Amino acid sequence: MREDSVLELRGIYKSFPGVKALQNVDFTLRKGEIHALMGENGAGKSTLIKVLTGVHIKDEGNIWIKGHERPVQIHSPQEAQKLGISTVYQEISLCPNLSVAENIYIARGDSRFVNWKTMNTKAQALLDSLGIAVKATQQLASCSIAVQQMVAIARAVDMECSVLILDEPTSSLDESEVAKLFKLMRKLRGQGVGIIFVTHFLDQVYEVCDRITVLRDGTLVGEYEIGSLPRVQLVSKMLGKELDDMADIKESAPTYSDKGGTPVYEGIGLCSSEGIAPFNFRIRKGEVNGFTGLLGSGRSECVRTIFGADKVTGGAVSMDGRPVKITCPREAMKNGIAYLPEDRKRDGIVGDLSVKDNIILALQVKQGFFKPISKAKAVEYANEYIDLLDIKTASVNTPIGSLSGGNQQKVILARWLLTHPKYLILDEPTRGIDVGTKVDIQKLVLKLASQGMSITFISSETDEMLRTCSRLLVMRDRKLVGELTGDQLTQTAVMNTIAGGEKHAEE
Amino acid sequence: MQKNKLGQIWEVISRNQIIIPFAALLLLALFNLIADPSFFRITLNENANGDPVLSGNLISIIDSGSELAILAIGMTLVTAASGGQDISVGAAIAISGSVLLRVLCGSDSRSETLQAPIIVAFLIACVVSMLFGAFNGALVAYFKIQPMVATLILFTAGRSVAAWINNNELPIVKDPSFSYFGNYIPGIPVPAPFLIAIACFVITWLVLKFTTLGLYVQSVGINEKTSRLNGLNPEFIKLLTYVLLGLCVAVAALIKVSRISTINYSVVAKDIEMDAILAVALGGNALSGGKFNMAASVLGAYVIQFLTTTLYKFEVNATALPAYKAVVVILLVVLSAPTVREKLTALGKKLRRNDLPAEKT
Repeated sequence: MREDSVLELRGIYKSFPGVKALQNVDFTLRKGEIHALMGENGAGKSTLIKVLTGVHIKDEGNIWIKGHERPVQIHSPQEAQKLGISTVYQEISLCPNLSVAENIYIARGDSRFVNWKTMNTKAQALLDSLGIAVKATQQLASCSIAVQQMVAIARAVDMECSVLILDEPTSSLDESEVAKLFKLMRKLRGQGVGIIFVTHFLDQVYEVCDRITVLRDGTLVGEYEIGSLPRVQLVSKMLGKELDDMADIKESAPTYSDKGGTPVYEGIGLCSSEGIAPFNFRIRKGEVNGFTGLLGSGRSECVRTIFGADKVTGGAVSMDGRPVKITCPREAMKNGIAYLPEDRKRDGIVGDLSVKDNIILALQVKQGFFKPISKAKAVEYANEYIDLLDIKTASVNTPIGSLSGGNQQKVILARWLLTHPKYLILDEPTRGIDVGTKVDIQKLVLKLASQGMSITFISSETDEMLRTCSRLLVMRDRKLVGELTGDQLTQTAVMNTIAGGEKHAEE
Repeated sequence: MQKNKLGQIWEVISRNQIIIPFAALLLLALFNLIADPSFFRITLNENANGDPVLSGNLISIIDSGSELAILAIGMTLVTAASGGQDISVGAAIAISGSVLLRVLCGSDSRSETLQAPIIVAFLIACVVSMLFGAFNGALVAYFKIQPMVATLILFTAGRSVAAWINNNELPIVKDPSFSYFGNYIPGIPVPAPFLIAIACFVITWLVLKFTTLGLYVQSVGINEKTSRLNGLNPEFIKLLTYVLLGLCVAVAALIKVSRISTINYSVVAKDIEMDAILAVALGGNALSGGKFNMAASVLGAYVIQFLTTTLYKFEVNATALPAYKAVVVILLVVLSAPTVREKLTALGKKLRRNDLPAEKT
C-alpha cells in the first residue's frame, strides 16, 4: 500500500447471475483528495460502491485500508462504517422528523449523549466547524435538500471517517447549493478525508475533483490526473470509443433536409417542472432524430415535456401547423404522439396484467370508456404484434411481469404501434436488451420512418443513434447545446459537443 | 399418469381465484350436511299478509347476505383502484337511510302517508350517498390520504350526521309498499333483497362488460405512473370507485331501512364495513389493490353470511359469535392469501414434476 493512500482496491471481481458486474477493478484513493468515479450506466460504479460499503460482498480481490495491516473484509454497512467508510446517498437516508442534532448522533451505538443540551451544543460546534449554516435544534425536514445532504455529510465526518463516498449528491441541488456543497467538500479534503465523488455532471467533475477513475462495462479503463484528461477524452473513455477510429461509422442513414413542408410537431420555448432550460424542437414527416448527451443531461426530460409526462410549465406547440395544447399524456395521445418511457418497470408495464391487456391499454384509452375492445379483437391485436415483433410469451394471457426485459419492451412498443401514432418517441428502447433485439428495433425504426412516421430515438449508445438518426440534438447539464446534421454526424463531433467546455477554454 | 393429471388439476384449481370462496362454501355446506341435513330444508309458507313466501336457512342466507354482497361490489372496486378500504360504509348506510326516511316522511316523523314517491327518496339518497363517497374519494385520490384514515372521518361522524338529518327522531314509514324492498314483494316468494342484489350483479356485470372500467381500475391499482402515461387520470378513476361504492351504499341502505320501516342510527349496519372488507379478502383479492375478481368477492359475502347463519343455527351465544367467526375467518383468509396460493401452485407444479420420471420408466 502506498504511503499517502487511505484506500486501495486491487483486482476486485463481482458477478451476479448472468452479469459480470466488476472484473479486475483497481481503485486507489489518496489522503485528502476528491476522486471522481465516472462511467455510463452499467459501468459498475454503483456495484463498486456497494462492495465498498458492504452492501454487496466481493467475489475476489483485496481491499486495503490505511491503518490495517491486512486486507479487510467488509460484510455489512455497519462494518464499513467501523472501518471509517461513510456514504451519503442521493436519496437522503436520515429521519426528516427529527432534529439536526438527533440525526447526527442517532443510532451511533453509544450512550454518550443522553444529555440533550450537550448533544445540541456538540452538534452545533460540529456544524459550525464545517461551516454549515443551520441550527442543531431545527427539524431536519424544514431544511433545504442541500442542507440535509450536508447534515448527512456532517454525520459521516463525525464518525471519524477517512473515506467519504458521495453518490450523486448534486442531482437534486441548484447551482448555489452545489457551490455550498463543494465548499464543504474542499474543507474536508483539507482535513485529509479522501472523498469518492460520483456524478454525471462533467462541469462539476472539472470544478472540484483532483483525479478521475473511469469504469466501463465492469472493467477499469484508467485512472487520470484531472489536468491530463481533457473532457473529450473523458467522454470518449466513458463511451468506449477512441477518437481516431470514429469517423467512418456513418452509414446510409437518412439524410436530413430542413425544407419539406410544415413540421409534424413543433415546440417553441418548451420547459417543464423538471428544470430543463427552455428549448425549441421540431420534427418532420418521416424524420428520425434523437436527443443525445450523458445520463442526467436532460434528454429524457425533453421528450417527457413533449409528451406532457412531466408538468409542462411553458412553451407553444403546434402540430401540422395548427396550434395545440399538450399538458398531459392524454392530450399528447389525442394528437397522435406516442411515448415509450425510459424506465420500463416504473413507467411502462402494468406488471400483473396480461400481455394482451398491456398491448391494448393505450388504444383502449384512446377509444374511450364506453367502447371496450372485445376480447376476441384484443387477442387478435395481441397475436398480430406478438408475431410482428417476435415477442416470446407463453400466451396472450401471461402476466407481462413474468416476461424478460426485452420482451416486455417489445410489448410496450406494440402497445404504442397499435395506436398508429404520427409521432413516436422512443426513450432508450434498447436498454438492457440483447443485441439481436437491439438491431430489430433499429431496423423497425427506419422502416416505420420510411412509411412516414416521425420518430425521436434516444439511446445511450451513440452508434445506434448515428445509424438511425438524421439529426441529433445534444444536451449538456439540462440545456440543449447543439444540433448536428449531415456530415456533422460523427462520433467525434457528438463527443465534442457533449463535452463542450473545451471550446470556451480556447476562446 | 393419474398422479400427473392430479397435479395438473391441482395447478388449475389453485390458480383460480374464485376457488377459495367456493371451497369455503362447499366446506360449510358439507359441515351442515353432516351435522344436520335439515339445515337445507326449504318450505313454502304464507306470511302474515297471506302471501306465499319461501323460508329456510338457505333463504335466510341469500336474504340477509344481500346488503353485504352489494357492498362487496363497491368495496372490490375501491380496493382494486386505491389499494385501501373504505371503513365508513356502515356509517354511510345510516346517513343514506336517514335521508330516505327524511324525504319519505317529510317533517312529520309519524306521517300516515308518504310525503314523496319512494323512487324520488331513493334517488335523493343515492345522490347524497355518492357525494359522501366523492368526499372520501377526493381525500384519497387528490389529497393522497391513506384510505383507512380518510374514511375514518366519516366512520366517526356518520352516525351523528344521520341522527342530525332527522333531528334525532326515528321516523316510521307506515306505507306498506315501502317494506317490500327489505321483505317480500306480494306474490313473489323469493326475498326482495336477493332480487335487488341479483339486479346489482347483473348491472355490474354489464358495466364491466360494456365499459373499460375493469381494465382502468386494475391498471391504476397496479401501476399509477404507467396508467397516467397511457392517458388515464388515476385520481379521477380512484374517485369514481368511491362514488360507485356510494351508490352501492344507497342500495344497501334502502334494503336495511325497508326491512324494519324505520332506522336505529347507532345500530343499523353496524360493523358491516369489516364484513365487506372480509368479503373482498375471502374472494382472494389482494387488499393492496390491483387485479380483482368481482364474482369471487360477491361469493365471499355469501360465505360470510353462510358462516353467520350456521353459527346461529348451532345456537352459538350471540356474544360469543364473533370469536367463532374469527377462528373460521383466520383459516379462510390465510388460505386465500396470494402467497399461500402461490405456494399451493408451486406444490402442484412439484407434483407434476415428480411424476415425469415415473412416466419414463
